[in-house]
Amino acid sequence: MPVRPTRVQLLVTCLIDRFFPETGEAVVAVLERLGVAVEFPDTQTCCGQPAFNAGYAEEARGLARHTIDVLSASDAPVVVPSGSCGDMVIHQYAELLADDAPYAARARALAARTFEFTQLLVDVLGETDVGAVHTGRVAYHACCHGLRGLGVDAQPRALLACVKGARPCTLDEADVCCGFGGLFSVKLGDISAAMLASKLDRVVASGAETVAVTDVSCAMHMNGGLRRRGSGVRVRHVADLLAATGDS
Amino acid sequence: MNASAVPFYRRVEDALANAPMRRAVQRTATHVLHTRAAALSRLDDADGLRDRARAIRAHTLSQLDRYLDQFVGTLETLGGRAYFAQTDDDAVRYIRDLVRTRGLRTAVKSKSMISEEIELNPALEADGVRVVETDLGEFVVQLDEDRPSHIVAPILHKSKEDVARTFRDKLGATDADVADVPHMTQFARRVLRSAFLEADLGISGVNFAIAETGGICICTNEGNGRLTTTLPRVHVALMGMERLVPTVDDLGVMLDLLARSATGQKLTVYSNVLTGPRRTGEPDGPEELHVVIVDNGRSDVLGGELAEILYCIRCGACLYACPVYQQIGGHAYGSVYSGPVGAVLTPALRGLADFHDLPQASSLCGACREVCPVRIDIPRMLLALRRRTVEEGESPLWVALGMQALGWTAKRPALFQTAGRLAAAMGGLAARDGWMQWMPGHLGAWTRSRDFPVPAAESFTSRWRKRHPKP
Repeated sequence: MPVRPTRVQLLVTCLIDRFFPETGEAVVAVLERLGVAVEFPDTQTCCGQPAFNAGYAEEARGLARHTIDVLSASDAPVVVPSGSCGDMVIHQYAELLADDAPYAARARALAARTFEFTQLLVDVLGETDVGAVHTGRVAYHACCHGLRGLGVDAQPRALLACVKGARPCTLDEADVCCGFGGLFSVKLGDISAAMLASKLDRVVASGAETVAVTDVSCAMHMNGGLRRRGSGVRVRHVADLLAATGDS
Repeated sequence: MNASAVPFYRRVEDALANAPMRRAVQRTATHVLHTRAAALSRLDDADGLRDRARAIRAHTLSQLDRYLDQFVGTLETLGGRAYFAQTDDDAVRYIRDLVRTRGLRTAVKSKSMISEEIELNPALEADGVRVVETDLGEFVVQLDEDRPSHIVAPILHKSKEDVARTFRDKLGATDADVADVPHMTQFARRVLRSAFLEADLGISGVNFAIAETGGICICTNEGNGRLTTTLPRVHVALMGMERLVPTVDDLGVMLDLLARSATGQKLTVYSNVLTGPRRTGEPDGPEELHVVIVDNGRSDVLGGELAEILYCIRCGACLYACPVYQQIGGHAYGSVYSGPVGAVLTPALRGLADFHDLPQASSLCGACREVCPVRIDIPRMLLALRRRTVEEGESPLWVALGMQALGWTAKRPALFQTAGRLAAAMGGLAARDGWMQWMPGHLGAWTRSRDFPVPAAESFTSRWRKRHPKP
């Protein structure tokens, strides 16, 4: 991205939209603080990844086309506060729509201007210190699709390192899956829960009060387990931490 | 390679309940992953070497016919014989015929996954042949009438105490014999030595066959491969038809990565290349060498969307790296090949009817792809198999209904918002401070061990619209 964009479109993701709207607002707050205007095409729904991962290609294609249509009304770059949905749009759409040449071409064009939230901040906008303040011990867990699909790792770590008041904690095996995996978490619920237990043992051992992640799906999973074990540790989207400036 | 009689969910339950097995698997997996990373980091350009290895595998498979022909030709020049087995039965029949016509009585075996795939041991034993596994791990598996749980480390699921018990119960070992691992190794060695001296048939796998020289490369860490392939008068080497490299230089690339990925070693201790049987004037070696090249479904995989799985060099790194394998071990997969590679290879070779659960047993985290020395994109193929599962009608009804409902409503933004509001209202009724401890039906698999959040009463979309009213 040669020119610093002055406006972006937000693909908020269906999970943030319906479960964690304040995280969506945190993303908007951080971007506006950096002087980037946010557009929100409000007919967006789901990117189609649940269907894609379950093997329902036709359903996934329908949602991919819908999302491409919704995000094509504007030519502004797209920001996604999720490595998982970001990977879907950036890497899977074009392959999924390979037999539909017009949409495949639009999918490639969309992929080229779509960025995961921390990638947009660090790689595109060149920002690491966004003026955030958060007091407490903070660890970082690397969500799988962002890490291995998009190469998101250094960006959130750099952003967190600039948060005033945050004392970094090391989370061992930070790049091992928490066991969410979408439908996997209920289809193979006991394996998923065993993976979560291993992850949460390490979270607790890290001594962190807050674990930052780039996907609310993983946060939802880990928080569900932490609540069930009666732990006070909380997992939060990195945008939630970056939005807080200390003035209320 | 038949499907297990026990359903997948029961095998998973059993595995998750087996705490000692899970501890053993997790301890070894963590250790090997660290030594693997260290061994690779000592290479000047590990990533470049992996790219080269991948290119070699891709090239070899793109011209497999040619390289198989070349290999068979060079092997025969050296005095070896090749047999091309289309099915597992063909391979077993060929070896049984050899045993009968040559009057063979005792077989020593070094480790071979393909012998497990074609279920060779029971067939030979039914013919009255004594079969002795000489890889230490496989030796223990055989004594226990167990199955290997990892393609490189067959007794990954056992502790040293388990092995000591086996040696005591099955072989009458004394306390001194099983005092520690070196003593147990010496004990096994004494038992195996007599089998080696007695054997008239040696059965081995093949890590790589070299087309240009007709050589077969066999890697072992215990030296049992050398004895297996040189002492008995007949040597049968079993190989999957994809396990070829064109040249000796290519072999070098593969060996550099195989040991590092499998065990974190620079090189497997005994990496031997055998070129034909004993020649006139040579003191050692078998009188006959038969290389059994097994197809058993591989031809059908070549050229299709799963062909890349045949790049696999059986290092086992993806098993160690897989967080699912780390929890359930190898046996739960119910197939000879377990872990991520098995979840693709088994249904690729044997179909989805019996094995459609395996591609679901993944969170698609991608750790397997990250550690694969030849960069096989296993998640991509798991997704392809999930699509096939849907096409073949093996996907459960509740998933089908859920995904169709998602596909239908999410194309209708207003309806999608309404459905979300409805879910929020219903969830609110069942919740305590914003989280549910119980959910109905299949969703209960979540709340058995985790709380689930209630959807927000007002979505981001709705909040945005209020703050940004349209003119």
